[in-house]
Amino acid sequence: MPSYILGISSFYHDSAAALVLEGKVIAAAQEERFSRIKHDDSFPSEAIKYALREAGIEIEDVEAVVYYEKPFLKFERILESYHSYIPKGLKSFLTSMPIWIKNKLFLKKIIRDELKKIGGYTGSLYFSEHHLSHAASAFFPSPFQQSAIITLDGVGEWATASIAIGQNNSIKIIKEMSFPNSVGLLYSSFTDYLGFRINNGEYKMMGLAPYGDSSSEEYQRFKKTICSELVEIFEDGSIELNMEYFAFGHSLHMTNEKKWEKIFGFKKRKANEALESAHLNLALAIQDITEDIVIKIAKTAKQLCETENLVLAGGVALNSVVNGKLRNADIFKKIWIQPAAGDAGGAVGAAMGYYFIAKENKRIPSTCKMKTADLGPAFIRDNIIEALKNSNLIWEEIESIESNLERTAKIISEGKIVGFFQGRMEFGPRALGHRSILADPRDPKMQQRLNASIKFREEFRPFAPAILEEHYSEYFDEKQNSPFMLFVHQLRAEKRKKTTPTYSWKERLDQIRSELPSITHVDYSARIQTVSELNDPVFYRLLQKFHKITGCPVLINTSFNLKGEPIVCSPEDAIRCFQSTGLDYLIIENFICSKPK
Amino acid sequence: MEFLHDLIDFIRTRKKYWLIPLIAILLIFGILIVYVSGSAAGALIYPLF
Repeated sequence: MPSYILGISSFYHDSAAALVLEGKVIAAAQEERFSRIKHDDSFPSEAIKYALREAGIEIEDVEAVVYYEKPFLKFERILESYHSYIPKGLKSFLTSMPIWIKNKLFLKKIIRDELKKIGGYTGSLYFSEHHLSHAASAFFPSPFQQSAIITLDGVGEWATASIAIGQNNSIKIIKEMSFPNSVGLLYSSFTDYLGFRINNGEYKMMGLAPYGDSSSEEYQRFKKTICSELVEIFEDGSIELNMEYFAFGHSLHMTNEKKWEKIFGFKKRKANEALESAHLNLALAIQDITEDIVIKIAKTAKQLCETENLVLAGGVALNSVVNGKLRNADIFKKIWIQPAAGDAGGAVGAAMGYYFIAKENKRIPSTCKMKTADLGPAFIRDNIIEALKNSNLIWEEIESIESNLERTAKIISEGKIVGFFQGRMEFGPRALGHRSILADPRDPKMQQRLNASIKFREEFRPFAPAILEEHYSEYFDEKQNSPFMLFVHQLRAEKRKKTTPTYSWKERLDQIRSELPSITHVDYSARIQTVSELNDPVFYRLLQKFHKITGCPVLINTSFNLKGEPIVCSPEDAIRCFQSTGLDYLIIENFICSKPK
Repeated sequence: MEFLHDLIDFIRTRKKYWLIPLIAILLIFGILIVYVSGSAAGALIYPLF
C-alpha cells in the first residue's frame, strides 16, 4: 500500500488539509474555499474530503494524520504569559480560557471525532511543532538538496522565528526566537494601529507603505521612535519588544494605544477613517524596519548554515516586498518560497515532516518538489454545464482550448475584464491563473476600474502582473523567477515614465508611471508572477496569445473573489461572483459566458 | 482519560510541575464556566487563542 500522510492545520486561521503521497504533495486546499468563510478556522473536513477524492482513497487508507502544532505547548505559553502579567489580563484570561477549556485543550479528541465523521479513521495521530511544520513546508517541497531555512510569523507555541538547516531528509533547528519577541506580531501591531484587520490587513499595509515619503522628517522620526521605544534590533536580527507598548501578551488588544498615541502623535486609525500622511509614513517606517530585521536574520542564517540556498515560511514570508529586498541583498544565490507560506502551508509541513523526518524516508528533490500551486479541485464538463444551466448566463462552449484562449486574449485586448477559471484551484493566498481575474495592464484606468467595480477594495491597492517567463528580465530588474507571486521587484528604468511630484498621495494614484500603468505601483514596483510553459501551459499560452495581439507579454492577474470573500472554488462560486460584479466575461474551462443584456 | 494521561506526560516531560495547581483549578472552574455560559467567545487576538 502506498504511503499517504494527511497534514492538517486548523483552529486558528486559514485551516487547510494536505495529502502527501510518497513524499510528494498531491492535494492541498484551504477550508475557506469550500465553506466560503474567509480565513475559516474550523476543522478542514471539506478540504480533507476533497484531498481523499483527489487521491481516490478512503480515510482508512491514510497511514498517519499529523496536526501542525502542539496544543499543550501553546497552552503552557499562554498560561505562563498570563502568570507573568498578573494582575493584568483578567478580562482577556476569562475570555480565552473557556475557548481553551472547551475546545483547544481537547484537540486530540476533537480531531479524532472529526476524522470519524469523515469515515472511521482509527490510525495514528501525531502533533508537530508549529515552526518545524513551517520549516518542513519550506524545505521539503523545495528544489534544494541543502538549504538554510528561515521561519517567521506571529507566534506558534513559543517560537516566533527560527533559523534551521535542511539537508536531504532532515531539518536541524539552529536558532529560535521566542514569544513575546516577534517580527510578525510587531508588524501586526502596526497593521492594527493603522486601522486594518490583523491576519488580513497586512497586505494592505504593505501596499500602502510606498505612498509614504522616505525623505520626510515625519518618516525619519517614526523610524527613530520605533527603534528607540518599541523594539531593539540586534545585529543577528533577533529583536526585543518593549512590552510596555504592546498589549497582546495579556489583553484583547495588540497595542497599548495611549502610549502609541503619545509617541507617534496620532490616535489609532478607525477602519473607515481617511488615510493621512502620518499613516502612510508609519506604514513605510515599519515596512522598512521589517526589511532590515529580515535581512539581518538572513545574514545570520548564511553564517550559520554556510549554503547558497534559502527557503522561507511563516506569515512574514508572505510579505513579498521583504522577499524582493532579500533577493536584492544578494545574501543567498537562490531563494525559494512555497505558495502557501502562511499557516495553511503548515498542513504540508506537518505531513512532509512526518514522512521525511519521523519515517526517515529518502528525499529526492526532483521528484518531491512543488512545481506548481495547483493542488486544489478541478471540475469536469458536466459539473460546469449543470452550474451554467442553473444560471441566467449566456454561454457558449468552444471546441478547442486554443480557440478559447485566442478569443479570451482578444477580449482582454479590447479592454474587457474576465474571470478566468481553469483546471485545479491554487493552494495558498494567491490566484495564479486558475481562479483569476485578468485584464489589460496597458490601460491606465484599469486599476481604478478593477478596484471600484470588480474588487470593491481600497483605491490604493496595486494589481499584480503575470508575465511570460522569457520576457521577465526585459521588464523587471531581476532574473530569478517568481512563479508564486511572492516577490516584489522594480520595473526597469526604460519602461518607466516620468511623473510630476505631488504632495497629495491621492493625486499619485492617477499618475501614469509606466507603459504598464495598471500594474506599476507608486514606487515602480510590482508583485510579479512569472509564467512558464512547463509549469502552467494553459495560462502560458493565453499570455502568449495576448502578447501576439498586443505586443505586451503581461496581464493583470488578481484573485477571483469579492472583497471579504475567499477566492472562488467551484463553477457555482465563479458564476455567483461574476453576476455580482462588473466583470465583462467569465471563462470556465472551454465555456465563454456573458451576462444577459 | 487519554487527555489526562497526555497532560501528565507533557508536564513530566517539560518539568513544569508548578503549572499543575493552575491547570487543575482552571479545569474545574473552566468546565463550570463553559457549561453554565453555553458558548465561548470568538477569538480576537490570536496570540492568546
